[in-house]
This record gives sequence, C-alpha cells and structure tokens, in this order.
Amino acid sequence: MSGPWVVVLAVGLATVAIKGAGPLLLGGRSLPPAVAGVVGLMAPALLAALVVVNAFTSGRHLVLDARAGGLGVAAVAIAARAPLLLVVAAAALTAALIRLAT
Amino acid sequence: MQASHTAGDGARRAVPLAVAVGVFGVTFGVLAQAAGFGALAAIVFSATSFAGSAQFAAAGVVSAGGTVAAAIVAAVLLNARYLPIGMSVAPALHGRAPERLLRAQLVVDESWALSHLGGGRYDRRLLFGAGLAIYLAWVAGTTAGVLGGDLLGKPENLGLDAAFPALFLALLVGQIHDRRGATAAVLGALVALVFVPFVPAGLPIVAASFVCLLGLRR
Repeated sequence: MSGPWVVVLAVGLATVAIKGAGPLLLGGRSLPPAVAGVVGLMAPALLAALVVVNAFTSGRHLVLDARAGGLGVAAVAIAARAPLLLVVAAAALTAALIRLAT
Repeated sequence: MQASHTAGDGARRAVPLAVAVGVFGVTFGVLAQAAGFGALAAIVFSATSFAGSAQFAAAGVVSAGGTVAAAIVAAVLLNARYLPIGMSVAPALHGRAPERLLRAQLVVDESWALSHLGGGRYDRRLLFGAGLAIYLAWVAGTTAGVLGGDLLGKPENLGLDAAFPALFLALLVGQIHDRRGATAAVLGALVALVFVPFVPAGLPIVAASFVCLLGLRR
C-alpha cells in the first residue's frame, strides 16, 4: 500500500476513535482537571508549530521566502478581524505577487 | 422552556460556515494532490476523517518530505482536541452506541461551536444538521479541488503554499483564550524551529506537542 493511503486509513481510524470515545464510552463524565489542562494546550502548541514550519522551513532548512510575506499579511488581516476566507486569500495573493515580482 | 431546534435549523445556520469549509475543501483537494495523494485517496481522506486541520497537517508533512509515521502522528495529535470536545457533547448524544459513534463523527470545530446552547450544553439536532451540512461541503469541495485542480495550475503560482501557514495562524488565534495558551503557542513555535535542522520533517511538530505538558503545572 502506498504511503498516502496508509496515512488516509490510519488517520481515518484514529479520528473515528478520538471523536467517538467521549460519546461512546464515558457517558458525559468530564476529564480530570490535570488531563484537561494538558489536552487543552495541545492545539495552540501544535498549531503554532505548524504555522512556523509551513512558513519558514524547507526540508531541514530555515528559509525566508514569499510565504513569510503572505503570513505577515495574514496576521494583519486577522488583527483586523477579516473573515477566515479573506485572510487565507490575502496570504496566497501576497505570496503569488511576491513571486511574480522577484 | 427553551424552543426546540430541528436539524434543518442547524443546517440553515451552518450555510456560511459550509461555504467557507467547501472552499477549504477545494484547497485541500488541490494541496493533497500536490502532496502526492491520489484523487481517490484525497476524497476518501475527507470522507472518513472529516478533520480539516489534521488533514492539512498530514498533507503538509507528506508534502515537506516527511515520513508516513510523522504525518500520522501530527494529524492524530492535532485531532487530540476532539477527545475533550467529544466529552463535552456526550451528554447531548443519547441513543444506542452505534448511533452515538456516528453522530460524534459530525463534530468539528464549527458544528460544535454552532450547537452550543450556552453553559456547556449542546443541542443534538443543531449538531447533526450543522455537522451534516459542513461534512457534505467538505467532501464536495475536496472532490472539486481534486478534479478541477489542474485548471488552477501549480499551487505555488497561486501562493497556495502560503495558504497553509495563514490558515493555521487563523485557527491558532481562535484557540488562544488565556496567557497559558499564548505561552504554549510561543514555546511550540520555538521548539519546532529549533528541531527543524536536526530531525526529519514532521517530527519538529511532534516535538512541539510536548509543550502541552505545561498544562500539568497548577
């Protein structure tokens, strides 16, 4: 089986299990506070890592290219409370324009 | 006595979200293909996982040359939030076990937020209607992106590779509610960048996840 299919099947099964675990098994009991605290921080830590890795790296190299410009414009758009679609479109457009100009 | 909601109410309220999610689905279809996922694999991915950020992450890791294991781990860790989210909606999802399991699959950030009645209570019909509308948009969008992606040309020329970090930044901002969340974000970013030169692609993101152990501190 090819790599992408392994990813599709493994992530699919894991997602079904993760989403279903609470409603299926725990009948509404809430998480112990310590565990909830850990899981609650996972999203910000991981998403921040995804931002910088996708914006500033290429393979094992740290790089500064058109994506950085797109991210800067995205940050401004987010601060201005622009809708999500506009934020992403502005970032893509900025990066495309920087590439055209250089 | 609170007026009761129907699944139709949920679907109607979810229309703007479904439109946005549909466009992301198109983007995901294009990016997944660029990352080396076949057309069918990309569509099946959206139909079975229905978890946008995790799917983008998995495609991003594969696209960056990361290993299959790193892609899976990154996606699973990104989906870990659906454990507590699932628990939060559990009281609303009564019924038999298979039905609870199926309904739970329609929980994504957007449908979850929309079905919140306040005070931690959730409406199962709103959740079902909104979740189904967003699900259909996500799968249809992915299919359109996969089939029509060639019309768009190379994702880099459209700056679509810059869409990834912008998307994650927007999602990130929505996840930070206090100082501790902000600290986790800053540390997560730093840890990832420090690891990039030394480990295979994808693992820096996994390394960053250990920052969440900060949550153990009282």
